[in-house]
This record gives sequence, C-alpha cells and structure tokens, in this order.
Amino acid sequence: MTQAPVMTASHLARHYAVGGGLFSKPQTLRAVQDVDFELYAGKTLAVVGESGCGKSTLARMVTMIEEPTSGTLTLDGQAVTPDQWASVRQSVQIVFQDPYGSLNPRQRIGQILMEPLVINRPDLSKAEKEDRARQMLNMVGLRPEHFDRYPHMFSGGQRQRIAIARALMLDPKVLVLDEPVSALDLSIQSSVLNLLTDLQERLGLAYLFISHDLSVVRHVADDVIVMYLGRAVEKGPKEAVFDNPSHPYTKALLSATPIADPEHHKERIKLTGELPSPLNVPPGCAFAPRCWLATDKCRAERPDLTSGPHQAACFYV
Amino acid sequence: MSLLRIRNLSVEFSTSTGMFRAVDSVDQDVASGEILAIVGESGSGKSVSMLALMGLLPWTAKVTADELSFNGHDLLTMNAKDRRKIIGKDLAMIFQEPMSSLNPCFTVGWQIKEALRKHLGMGRAERHKRAIELFEQVGIPAPEKRLSSFPHQLSGGMNQRVMIAMAIACKPKLLIADEPTTALDVTIQAQILDLLTSLREESGMGLVLITHDMGVVAETAHRVSVQYAGQKIEERPVRDLFRAPHHPYSDALLRALPERATEKRLPTIPGVVPGQFDRPAGCLFSPRCQFANDHCRSVPPAPLGADLGYARCHYPLNTDQRIAS
Repeated sequence: MTQAPVMTASHLARHYAVGGGLFSKPQTLRAVQDVDFELYAGKTLAVVGESGCGKSTLARMVTMIEEPTSGTLTLDGQAVTPDQWASVRQSVQIVFQDPYGSLNPRQRIGQILMEPLVINRPDLSKAEKEDRARQMLNMVGLRPEHFDRYPHMFSGGQRQRIAIARALMLDPKVLVLDEPVSALDLSIQSSVLNLLTDLQERLGLAYLFISHDLSVVRHVADDVIVMYLGRAVEKGPKEAVFDNPSHPYTKALLSATPIADPEHHKERIKLTGELPSPLNVPPGCAFAPRCWLATDKCRAERPDLTSGPHQAACFYV
Repeated sequence: MSLLRIRNLSVEFSTSTGMFRAVDSVDQDVASGEILAIVGESGSGKSVSMLALMGLLPWTAKVTADELSFNGHDLLTMNAKDRRKIIGKDLAMIFQEPMSSLNPCFTVGWQIKEALRKHLGMGRAERHKRAIELFEQVGIPAPEKRLSSFPHQLSGGMNQRVMIAMAIACKPKLLIADEPTTALDVTIQAQILDLLTSLREESGMGLVLITHDMGVVAETAHRVSVQYAGQKIEERPVRDLFRAPHHPYSDALLRALPERATEKRLPTIPGVVPGQFDRPAGCLFSPRCQFANDHCRSVPPAPLGADLGYARCHYPLNTDQRIAS
C-alpha cells in the first residue's frame, strides 16, 4: 500500500495502578501492552478478543480519553501528545455500544447533533449549524421530522444511527466503533452495517472496529488484530487471519464461534481454564496455561510477533 | 408423550394505554431429550411465553391457554403451593441477566444450597459436596473458594455459570435457558453449550433454548420455532429451516446474517416490529414483507400444516422443496 496511514500507533501501552491500601503497595494492571497498528483512509481495522483483553482501553487511548502510559500515537504524521488533544480530538470520534445509554434523554435529536458544533465551531452561525445537522440526519437515513424528537421515541437501530451522525458532525478522519451492533437485533444490525459501509465509501473514513462477534468482523474488516490479555497475538489481512489462523488462540476462537449452518461440521477446539487475571500475567506466553501446544519454552519466554504482513506471537507457527 | 405441551397460549399485559398482547396463540411441544430453540427479535414474546409457563409474570399479565401441561401436571389449574414443588426442581430456568437474577445479600453457595435443601432435602455435608460438584461441572475454577463469594465479587460470566449450576442442581426434566450465553465470551459460550448438550444426553433432559444467535441455534438445536411479534410464525427441524425457510420472515432473517452475505451490502428487512398501536390488521409481518399483497394486509393467515412448518403465511416460500424431499 502506497497510501500513508491516517493514524499510526506504536508500542502503545496503558497501565493502571490498582489497590494499594494503607500498608500495601498498589499493583500494576497492564491493560494494554505493546500494541502497534496503522489505520488507513477508507479501510477498516478490526480488533477482536474476549472481555478483558484490552479492546476498550485501546479505543479509549485512540480517542484520547486516556493517555497512553508509553508508546506513541500519530495522526497524519503528527505525534499526538496530551497538550494537543483539544485540537486533535475532533478528528477522532467514537460510537459506543449501547445506543440506549449514549444519548442524553433530555436533549432533542437536533441538539444532540449540534452540540459538537456549538462547542468546537463557534465560528458557525446558528442557521449553519442547524443546516449541517439536518444534512447529517439525511445522510444517516433518518427523516427531517426526526430533528425535533427525543431519543426515547426511536428504536435501537435508529438511535445507533443518531450516535453515528453525532460522531460524524465534526468531519472526523477516524471513527472508533466500540461494538456498534452488538446491542441490536439481527434485522437491524444488517442495516446499520450497511450504513457504516456506505459512509466509509462516501467520506473515506478510517474505522477502528472493535467487536467480539467474529461473523460481523469477517464481513466488515480489511485487517484484523486478535488480542489476548492486553497483547496482540495475531495480526494480518482478514482473509489470512480467518482462513489460515496461525496462533492457537485465534484457532480456538474461530472454532468456538458458532456457525449458522446446521450442515457444517467442525472439530471444536476445547479450551480449558480461564483467562488469567491481568494483574498476574504468567511470565511466558500469556496463553500458555490454556494452550494445548504449550511447552516449557512457552511458559518461560514470551514470543514476539513475527514480521511480515501476517504476524503471530507464537513459537510454533 | 411430550414433556411439555402448550396449546393456544396468549399473554396480555394491561398497560396505562390498554391491553398489550405480548404472546399471541402460541402452540409448543417439547419431548424429553429434545432441544427446541425459540428465536426471534427483542419484543417477539419468546421470554414472556416461557415466564408464563413458569408462573413468574406479574399480576398485570393475563395468561390464557387451552392447555399448559408439563410432565402430566396441568399448570393452569395447579395451585401455587404445588407449583412451587415443581418449579426449580423438574422445571428449571436459566435467566438472562445473571447480575440481577441472583440475590446480592447471600453468597452464591448459600443460594445454590437452598435449592438442594428445599427440593431434595439433602443434609449439610451432602449439600456442600453436591454444590462443589456442580460448580466443577459448569467450569468454575476453585469451586470451594467461590461458594463463599457474593454475586458482586464475581464477573458476569462467572455469575451466569452460577445460575446454570443452580438450574441444573436438581437434575430437571426440562430446562428453559433464556439467552444463557449472551453475556459470555465465545470460548466460554462453547463450554456452556457443550455442558448443556451433554446433560441432555446423560439425563434425557428436555431443553428450551431462547436465543437470537442463529449460530448457536444451528449448532445445538434439533427443532426451531421462529417467533415474530408474539406469534409463532414457523417451526421446523433445524436443517430444514436453514435450508429452505417457508415464512418470508425466517427467510429474511437468515439472509441478514453477515456470514451468508455474498457481497459487501447486506440484505436488510425494512421497517420495525409492530408495537401496541400499529398492529396491522392482516399478517403481522405484511408491512415489512417484500411479497405482501392486499390479501396479506387484510386477512391474518392461519398456521399451515405440519409439512409447511405451521407457517403463518398465505404464500409460503420454497414449497417445491417439500415435494422434492
């Protein structure tokens, strides 16, 4: 790809200090460690993994809600540091999982959509702001009369459209989608996914798509990162990761995902055990305690991601 | 003889704006050792019909049925005291939200042992042993330690497993699982589904699986009942349904699955599920159906025969395949 990435992250990490009472030392929770990725205009990067793997922390760092403990984030070639956040934040917007919780029930749709402009674009007149909000409403497939309604009058799918419209009001370059369709019914899910596809084509947005639903990811993603306990364990183009998974965790994840075809038979890889606590990550490969291929080497040393377009962090790939 | 037999079950709620019909003349049979999946979107009445069966609906609900029998007991005429002896023992349910279904004031161990004490009359030591055994069965690590945890100290997935352990504690004859794996990660989901199917094989338990995940349905269920706006619109063996659905709604639902998509744009179903005030006169799906005509919009279709999966449709799809097979 010759195109320059919109956003690059290198060695991104976020640690939290937890606990720590009067006499005990706080422990460090390593939520995300050493994650690299690039986002390109018009492309979708999906992040998959189970709960507690650091997907949402990654989203919070990318949207500049949280400061990375270490590592750098660059937007259009410019390094992003907390002192520039205020000006850069406009270019990265987020759509949350639950459209019932993310819209203010006391605001009309028009107000919700105009609020980003009121705060960030004081140069626009009131009429201009309203005009932009109405255009956006049309763009996400809602009707003009919806402008003066309240969120409770809408269904889940329509609310998610409103949340997407709000995120697009400031013409962002990067849109972070944190489980955007997992709260929606199947018949609604497909229309929201179609909307996201259309908007990406029209506006050339870069998507960071966070999801645990592999069938959705397989449909929307261009590239995929599989995360386990805060680290990327596999990374590559969608086709490579789905058709030819190399890390044992990816294999297990794919085999555990139910396929909506009763005539499809597959061997399911049974994982035993639990996700270890992120406070107490095993010294070697984090997946070793649950892995059926693990050897003493895995338990002592941590494998790094291999190089090349399709990378995996495993000694035995 | 079937374990569970429901005929013409309707549930209405009295709301401030009039009666709302959540379940509309549903028939259902479940045999021992069978896995029936009930699928449908939110608001299709799948949970309400099973809560009605368990007698867990609030007083605002009006339950009517021609027949509601479980294992030879008539649940319609049974008094509350006799019902209590069956519910939780032979007829158990896994609820959707583990966080709000467990009592926050008691340890999970106390709650699971309560069922063993009330229904099976086990002694203290025996209860403790059985509780540990159950926790091991559902894959809770360090079960002995976990017994003395309160629900808020456990994660959602762990609480869900506690709920499952509680439901299977008395070896029920019929287990109703209401979205048992929605809150869980896929690897845990696979473990739980394996556990439920193996319990069925061992004890011949019947299982009703309420879900909206078509993947789970395809991999676990024997028979599928599709519900829409309170009505059962189609009921088929799982393979037949996925191969050639008869009702246009089932067809549209399957087409909307991302994994069945052939191109970047997914097929969609326009419109939304009808609510209390916009219930159509004819077929309930007619406003969203691409095949609907005036006949559909004015005359509600009655369920067709068993060979057409009891489809509530005037013009069922894929009928030629019935002749071919």
